[in-house]
Amino acid sequence: MNNSILIKNGHIIDPSQGIDRIGDILIEGGKIAEIRTQSIEHRTQIKNTKLKTQNSELKTIDASGLYVIPGLVDMHTHLREPGFEHKETIKTGTMAAVKGGITSVCCMPNTNPVNDNETVTEFILRKASAEGVCYIYPIGAITKGEKGEELAEMGKMYEAGCVAFSDDGKSVMNSLIMRRSLEYSKIFNVPIISHCEDIHLVDDGVMNEGKFSTLLGLRGIPSASEEAIVARDIILSKLAGGRLHIAHVSTEGSVKLIRQAKERGVNVTAETCPHYFSITEKAVEGYNTNAKINPPLRTERDVEAIKEGLKDGTIDVIATDHAPHHRDEKLLEFDRAPFGISGFETSISLSLQLVHDGILSMPELIEKMTLNPAKILRINKGALEAGSDADMSLMDIKREYKVEPDKFISKGKNTPFDGWTLKGMPVITICKGKIFDYRG
Amino acid sequence: MKDLVGIKEIEKSDIERILNTASSFKDVLKRDIKKVPALRGKTVVNLFFEPSTRTKTSFELAEKRMSMDVLNFSVPTSSVVKGESLLDTVRTIEAYGVDFIVIRHSSSGAPHFIARNVNASVISGGDGINEHPTQALLDAFSIIEKKGRLEGLKIAIVGDILHSRVAKSNIYCLAKLGAKVRLIGPPTLIPMDLPEGVTVFHDMDEGIKDTDVIMMLRIQMERQGKGFFPSTGEYSMLYGLNINRLGLAKKDAIVMHPGPMNRGIEISSEVADCQQSVILEQVTNGIAVRMAVMYLLSGMQENE
Repeated sequence: MNNSILIKNGHIIDPSQGIDRIGDILIEGGKIAEIRTQSIEHRTQIKNTKLKTQNSELKTIDASGLYVIPGLVDMHTHLREPGFEHKETIKTGTMAAVKGGITSVCCMPNTNPVNDNETVTEFILRKASAEGVCYIYPIGAITKGEKGEELAEMGKMYEAGCVAFSDDGKSVMNSLIMRRSLEYSKIFNVPIISHCEDIHLVDDGVMNEGKFSTLLGLRGIPSASEEAIVARDIILSKLAGGRLHIAHVSTEGSVKLIRQAKERGVNVTAETCPHYFSITEKAVEGYNTNAKINPPLRTERDVEAIKEGLKDGTIDVIATDHAPHHRDEKLLEFDRAPFGISGFETSISLSLQLVHDGILSMPELIEKMTLNPAKILRINKGALEAGSDADMSLMDIKREYKVEPDKFISKGKNTPFDGWTLKGMPVITICKGKIFDYRG
Repeated sequence: MKDLVGIKEIEKSDIERILNTASSFKDVLKRDIKKVPALRGKTVVNLFFEPSTRTKTSFELAEKRMSMDVLNFSVPTSSVVKGESLLDTVRTIEAYGVDFIVIRHSSSGAPHFIARNVNASVISGGDGINEHPTQALLDAFSIIEKKGRLEGLKIAIVGDILHSRVAKSNIYCLAKLGAKVRLIGPPTLIPMDLPEGVTVFHDMDEGIKDTDVIMMLRIQMERQGKGFFPSTGEYSMLYGLNINRLGLAKKDAIVMHPGPMNRGIEISSEVADCQQSVILEQVTNGIAVRMAVMYLLSGMQENE
């Protein structure tokens, strides 16, 4: 822990300081001691001066040809603990996250019991410090039991460590309760993260409503079920104030609504997930339960709109919505299988495709996966500043590999990207003073 | 072709081969001794996870006419109620050494899911709101029997298209065989993004004009409370087939219904029992078509 680590010659990207150049980073005692992106002489100097002052062993990592980025901040995940440890645990989930270059995760409250009171929050944080290999920031439920009926004790949960509130998995269908939650959350200046889905319009749907739902004879979920609530919540946030954050945007219409709202000055932010810009509803063909997710995979047109929204800044954040399930739970009839994709271990690779395709620059992508979520959550993460925790990831963005779910660290092997060849992966993640090396 | 899970998944030539073979089996059914030894020694299990009388009976009779050993497995007596997964149930049954699995299930895609996971031939007896392939095959067979062809015929399918697996299979089957398909029903019961070439009518009188075939679908009473239509009375007024409406179709148009009928709702008794109705012939043809499907799939098994 107290050993020093010198990362040499990496291409450092830190959107918080506008760094995008080759440099060295010195880590001491789990904190960033110094960053130099200057000349070679300066870098030699770091090594000499620091080594003289510290009597600890220096480990040098040659990062030539690699990007060095702040550890990714994933603001939308399901770690399943407490209650669903057969799907994932805080230990396995955070280990999988770190493999994906993620060093801070927010866990959604739909556990059993629901994280709707400070006791559950405290349990999660205790587990996190005992077994978690990365940082965990719990998200509390907006309403008791995520039932949408009465507000949960946000204040107590905030004091215990919750950084945001959400009834993720469902919408707060009662507009009055949603209004109140936006108003009340202003006391703590925390975001209300809205899972936008009009449950009446969903009507037991299991995939996107359209050509493929007709073709497969599966009940459809119209885009309107998402868009109706995105529109409602934007309107409510104008009325109530607060900081509305729209979770997992999947449709063209949602992108347009959020874009217009931002133009009109509404205080709204939004996230999407890698699957919404990587694949379409076509992935469901053959009744592939690993492509069953909520909101559902949409059309080519929606995928293009999501990319456009990422490019023009309408969508601020890329999060995984990591939703691991046990293999047996997905090995069922399509309409009986649960919704969700195991996302930690493919997220950055799928997102790097946006850079390969010229949609985002490397700093723009990293900003959406580090600085932006950290700002929304108001956590001191997502930057490579001297004095901050040394959370970072070393990426080889040219390295190709095949997705093999059986090799996932996550308990959830449920991915529609099985067998895909992806380009770009973290080769080393540093978190809490430990080095996780995946070059083997 | 190992399985018959849907019409979508098979070619025009497969459909034609099934219909031709069914025609030979229909001759068998006219004989005094209606049984052939074609599939003696083969074992079939009828796995019905949803209540069914006619489809199950039709399959069972077809299986017996082919001299197969028949096992019946229905939900209330099975371990499914004990919480066993579909896959475990099916794998257990396969371990008994069955050659065919006929499955009806309320989940769309259940036959496809099973077919991927077992070696036995899987035949769909209807899955969710997806397909009911043998029904479409017997419908096509019945039309050809009456009209001599399918190519170019105007065929109206009337009712709850959205939830009807019979309609879905018929749309694919009739389109593959060159018929002109019209769908008639309220906008709440017509799915989005239909295959090309299919036309939709919300006005029944307009839709059945000059048609050669009218296929009526059963209306499910439970749809009433869910806002698809306000009442069965109003549904009947707008989309029920009565003698007057039948007069708008071609003089020699035939009327079909997959059963069970709601007399007085989607179809009037007068129409159901009239000369143009082929409803009972559909039932007989169902046996011949199902015999043909099993015979041909068995041939495929031998070849592999």
